[in-house]
Amino acid sequence: MILAVASGKGGTGKTTIAVNLAKYLTDPVDLMDCDVEEPNAHLFLKVVRQHSREITVPVPEVDESLCDGCGQCSQFCQYHAIITPNAKPVLFPELCHGCGGCALVCPTGAIRETQRRIGVIEISTDDHIRLIEGRLDIGIAMAPPLIRAVKANLREGITTILDAPPGTSCPVVTAVRGCDFVVLVTEPTPFGLHDLRLAVDMVSEIRIPFGVVINRYDIGDDRVQQFCRSHRIPILVEIPDDRRIAEAYSEGIAVIDALPEYRPTFERLMASVVDVMNHEGKSDANV
Amino acid sequence: MKIAVTSRGTSLDSEIDERFGRARYFIIYDTETEASQAVDNEQNLNSPQGAGVQAAEKIAKLGAESLITGHCGPKAFRALSAAGIKVYNTDADTVKEAIDLYLAGKLSQANDADVEGHW
Repeated sequence: MILAVASGKGGTGKTTIAVNLAKYLTDPVDLMDCDVEEPNAHLFLKVVRQHSREITVPVPEVDESLCDGCGQCSQFCQYHAIITPNAKPVLFPELCHGCGGCALVCPTGAIRETQRRIGVIEISTDDHIRLIEGRLDIGIAMAPPLIRAVKANLREGITTILDAPPGTSCPVVTAVRGCDFVVLVTEPTPFGLHDLRLAVDMVSEIRIPFGVVINRYDIGDDRVQQFCRSHRIPILVEIPDDRRIAEAYSEGIAVIDALPEYRPTFERLMASVVDVMNHEGKSDANV
Repeated sequence: MKIAVTSRGTSLDSEIDERFGRARYFIIYDTETEASQAVDNEQNLNSPQGAGVQAAEKIAKLGAESLITGHCGPKAFRALSAAGIKVYNTDADTVKEAIDLYLAGKLSQANDADVEGHW
């Protein structure tokens, strides 16, 4: 099973949920930190580094002696990473999405692809957890290729928990696509509700079963609960606003290590996920 | 010669838009005929990345040889240079004021970007 932990709003507790679920499970589990702009799952684990690998994306290189300035590459590129305003193409590698189209359409064969580094993947282990973490280089704005590289490490038959980036744009879609279930973590505040709506729209669009975790459920108001009820969205578990959780977090200690009384919360969360998945499976079969 | 001026509105009396890539409009002014035309830049306005490069392509296609704007970032400046478009920064209030300053030779040509991207 591949379980993604996502949220619209940042700072709702995705990493806390992802890490503690991984720790709660006893069989081997792959924890994928797809929040590649700021991976932080490793802070809560005692990891032993296994290996790391550079990730690159293809970018075009122009041989000006072969280029006749026809501009077909620029007409093709919808990201304006290669423009031909005046006789010779000008390249903007940071805008390139690496599709290779410019090289394909070039009639004189003047364009070839070279590799541009965007970040690293680090694989490490802590007991039964294998952590696969993507880390985007500073100044690089293109997360999806690195997230895909993290997900390329998926292993058949191994439970996988995927910590998604916040938001609802390309990086998140790249992270949750292909997952079996999405846990949306939110908080009962107007911001939490606003971004939860966006996240619900996104996950519904990709048609992945999902449920909601309400973190710090005893702050704010009850509009998130009302929203979930009126849209028949399962609330998987609610976690209280407990100062001790924040203190453990600030020291890099997982909740279930610092406060074993929260172990049943993660047990319930896992059971709820399985329940919802079974239910969705049945309703699919009925259609 | 045609010059492009970044503008918040569609007339010569409109306020200058100090942004280039995400300017609301470009006023294309022909110094010979004194005719002007407003070109909508809404598509670039909402572009997450590469707005400056697209804007440079756009005004190059419109035949502009000079650009008057508030600020210009590094990618836009590279694209404009490649297109042979001269850049002039100004803090004038209106499009007309900027064009008058330019025609009076009171604007100096920029040698480089004057701001970071996405400033």
